[in-house]
Amino acid sequence: MSPHLSRRDFFAVLGGGIVVLLIADDADAQETGGGRGRGMREQLPEQVSAWLHIGENGAVTVFTGKVEVGQNARTSLTQAVAEELRAPAESIRMVMGDTDLTPYDMGTFGSRTTPTMWPQMRKAAAAAREMLIDLAAEKWNVDRASISVTNGHVSAAAHSANFGELTHGQKLTKSIPSSVTLEPATEWRVAGTSLAKVNGPQIVTGAHKYSFDVSRPGMLHGKVLRPDSFGAQLASLDSSAAEAMPGVKVVRDGNFVGVTAPDMPAAERALAALKAQWQPAAAPTNSRDVFAFFKSHAQNAPNGGAALTKYSVAYIAHVPLEPRAAVAEWGSDGKLTVWTGTQRPFGVRSELAAKFGLTDDRVHVLMPDTGSGYGGKHEGDAAVEAAVLAKAAGKPVKLNWNREEEMTWAYFRPAGLIEVTGKVSPDGTLTNWEFHNYNSGSSGLNSPYEVASKHEQFHQTPMPLRQGSYRGLAATANHFVRESYMDELAHSIKMDPLEFRLKNAKDERLRNAIAAAADKFGWKARRKTAGRGFGIAAGFEKGGYVATCAEVSISPKGEVHVVRIVEAFECGAIVNPEHLRNQVDGAVAMGIGGALFEHIDFEDGRILTDRLSKYRVPRFSDMPVIESVLLDRKDLPSAGAGETPIVGVAPAIGNAIFDATGKRLRSLPMVPKGMPTGESTASLL
Amino acid sequence: MASITELDVNGTRRRIGADGERSLLSVLRDDLELTGTKFGCGEGQCAACTVLVDGQPMKSCITKLASVAAKRIVTIEGLAPKGKLHPVQEAFLEADALQCGWCTPGMIMGAVGLLKRFPNASEADIVKGMDGHICRCGTYPRVVAAIRAAARKGVHA
Repeated sequence: MSPHLSRRDFFAVLGGGIVVLLIADDADAQETGGGRGRGMREQLPEQVSAWLHIGENGAVTVFTGKVEVGQNARTSLTQAVAEELRAPAESIRMVMGDTDLTPYDMGTFGSRTTPTMWPQMRKAAAAAREMLIDLAAEKWNVDRASISVTNGHVSAAAHSANFGELTHGQKLTKSIPSSVTLEPATEWRVAGTSLAKVNGPQIVTGAHKYSFDVSRPGMLHGKVLRPDSFGAQLASLDSSAAEAMPGVKVVRDGNFVGVTAPDMPAAERALAALKAQWQPAAAPTNSRDVFAFFKSHAQNAPNGGAALTKYSVAYIAHVPLEPRAAVAEWGSDGKLTVWTGTQRPFGVRSELAAKFGLTDDRVHVLMPDTGSGYGGKHEGDAAVEAAVLAKAAGKPVKLNWNREEEMTWAYFRPAGLIEVTGKVSPDGTLTNWEFHNYNSGSSGLNSPYEVASKHEQFHQTPMPLRQGSYRGLAATANHFVRESYMDELAHSIKMDPLEFRLKNAKDERLRNAIAAAADKFGWKARRKTAGRGFGIAAGFEKGGYVATCAEVSISPKGEVHVVRIVEAFECGAIVNPEHLRNQVDGAVAMGIGGALFEHIDFEDGRILTDRLSKYRVPRFSDMPVIESVLLDRKDLPSAGAGETPIVGVAPAIGNAIFDATGKRLRSLPMVPKGMPTGESTASLL
Repeated sequence: MASITELDVNGTRRRIGADGERSLLSVLRDDLELTGTKFGCGEGQCAACTVLVDGQPMKSCITKLASVAAKRIVTIEGLAPKGKLHPVQEAFLEADALQCGWCTPGMIMGAVGLLKRFPNASEADIVKGMDGHICRCGTYPRVVAAIRAAARKGVHA
C-alpha cells in the first residue's frame, strides 16, 4: 500500500462510508477513535494486507495487491468477500495490483493467494459486516443479536436497510487483527460454489483492456534494438537514417538503443533503419552441452560414491500469449505512471524507482488483468524500457514486445541435470534414496515417501541463460525424476507401480490422492494392448496432493499421443470447483508440452527456437481426455491450486511410455521428434 | 503500395489512411482502436488475431490490408453489436472456456466461422478446424465443449 496515503486521503479518494483495514501484525490492530473515525492516526500502518471500503452509496470496493493473470483470483477473492459480507458478488468491485491504491504485496506467485489473501479478505469482510450491524443496532435501537445480513441488506424485525443507508454520512475506520476466526467451510454459502468468472463478459466481447491495449492521449510507440546475441556490446551505431524520419527519436543509453515514433509502423521502420555493430561475448555453452556444463561447474558435486542414474530437463519458455507490454507516462510533476502486465507490480515499482532514482511514492504501477504469466512475468523489463523512452521523448510511450522478443529476452524455466539412485528391499520397502539436482531448483526436492536413509541436495551452478520462476518451479523436474525412478525401482522387483507407491507412502492425504486417481482410472482393470501403455505418478507441493494416471498410444512410426489423463487433486477446502477443474485441465495441457516436445535450443548466445513456428506448444489435437477427481477437504485450510496439478503429468506419461515400449525416457522433453530409435537413454555427459 | 482510405468494419465504412502492405491486425488495433483482436505471434501460428473476412475466419496478422480493402470485416467488437451476447460468446462463458482470455476473441471468431461451415460440428471437426488456435492456459477441452454446445443450440450466425 501506500503507507504514504493517510486515512483522510483515503476518504478523499473514495468518499465517505466505512473502511476496514486488515493488519497482518496483530499488535498494531486497534479500533481508532472509538470506531468513529475521530482522532484517527494520520498514516496508515505499514503492515496492512488488505482493505475494504463500503461507500455511502453502498458500493463495496476491495483493495488487494494481488493480480489476475487468468488464474481467477479476481473471482475467488470476490467470493471471499461475498461470503462474509453477505452481499451479492456483482455488488463487489475488486481493485487489484494498483500500487497507489492497494496495500503492498510481494507478488502473485507460489500459489499464495488462496492460503494467505483469501482468508484475509474474508476477515476484512466479516469485520465490515459487524460494523454494519453496529450501525444498524444504534440507528434502530435494537439488540445486535436480532439483526441479520442477507443479500446486501441488513434487517431486524421491523427494520431493513441496504448498506448505503447505513454508511451514509459516516467516515468510520476499523483496524482488525488477522487472527479473527472465521466460520468453517461446512457453513459456506458463496465460497465453495462455482461462481462464474466475474469479468468474463468483458473478455468474450473484447472489451477488456490488457496492458497491450492501453492507450494514452498523445502517446508515441516505441521499439527497442536488441543485441545480436546475449551479452553482446554495442560497438557502433549509425542512427542517421532513422533520425531523418519524421517524428522519430532515437534514444541511446550505453548498450540500450530504442526509438519512438508517432505510430507503430513508423517505429518499426525506424528500428529497421538503425545500423548497429555488435561485439559478441563468449557463450558459456549451448543446449547440447549444457548438462555437462552444469555438472562440471556445480558447487559441492558428489565425487564418486553410488552409481547414479542421470535425468535431464531442458529449458522451456512460458509463452504467455500476451507478450510483455507497458505504457509509461511522466507527469508534469515528475511522477512516473506505468501500466504493465506483471505478477509483481510493487516489485516493478521498485525497479522503476531504482532506475530513475525516485522514491516509491513517485512511481505508480497499474496492472490490468493480464494475458497470463505462469511465473514468467515477475520482472519489469518492458516497464523500464517504456519509461526510459517516455522520459527521453517527453510524451507517453507504449512498448509492446513481439513474440521473438518475448521468447529471447524474457527468462526461461531452468534446465537441469538430476542424478538419482535408490534401493528397495524384496518386499517393496524403499530403504535408500539419493537425489542431486543441478541448477533446476529445490522446489519439490524432498520425497513424500518414507525412506530410512536419504540424501537430497540442490547444487547451484552458473546460469548460462537468464532463468526464473515457472508454474511449479522445479517441482515438475524433481517429480519427473523421482516418480520415473520410483517406477524403475518398482519394475526392478516386478512390483505393480501403484502397489509400490502405496507401500511407501505413509501420508494419508497422499495415499488418498493416489487411491482416488487409480480408482477413477481403473488402474487394476487396465488391459495392455499393442502400442498402449499406462503410467502413474504422485506428489505433494505447495500444500496440495496430486496423483496422475496416464494412458498413451504409440503409433508404429513412433508418434506418441496421450489418450487419457486422470488426475486426483486435494488442496484442502475447495473455493471454486469449476475454476479448480479449469486449473487442473490447464496444468495437464501445459504439462504435456514440457513432457513431450517443448525445448529451447540455443547456440552462440542466440535462441534458435524464438517463435511459435519453431517452438511447439500443445494444441487441440494434443489433448487427451482429461478427468479430474477433486477431493474436497472441508476440514482443512484451502491451498493454492495453480501449480501443483502440473507436477505429475510428465512422469505419468513417461511411465506409460515405458509400459508400452520398455524404453525409459529420462530427458524432458521425452519425444520432441517421436520415439527415439536406438538406445533408450540419450548420453547426457 | 497505394494508400487504402476506407475499410468496411463491423458494418460501418471507416475512414483510414494506411499503406496497403500493412497487416489488417495493425490497422484494426492501432488505427481503428479495435483492440479486442489480439496479437500473439505475428506469423499466423496462434490465431489470436482471427477476424471474419466476408464470413471466413482469417488471421489478421498475416493478412495485408490491400487484400481485404473491398471486403466485409467483422471483429469481436462487431459480434454482439447491441450488447446482447452472440450464442458462441454465451457458450464460452457457460463452459468456462477461458482463463486469461487473451486467445478468447480469436477463438470465438474462429468458432463462429467453423460453425458456418459445419453447423453440426463433431468433436473431430472442432479439433481439426480449431487446431490453428493456441490457448496457452490449456482450456482446449472447454473450448470444444463450448463449440459443441453452441452447435447443439443451432448457431448459424
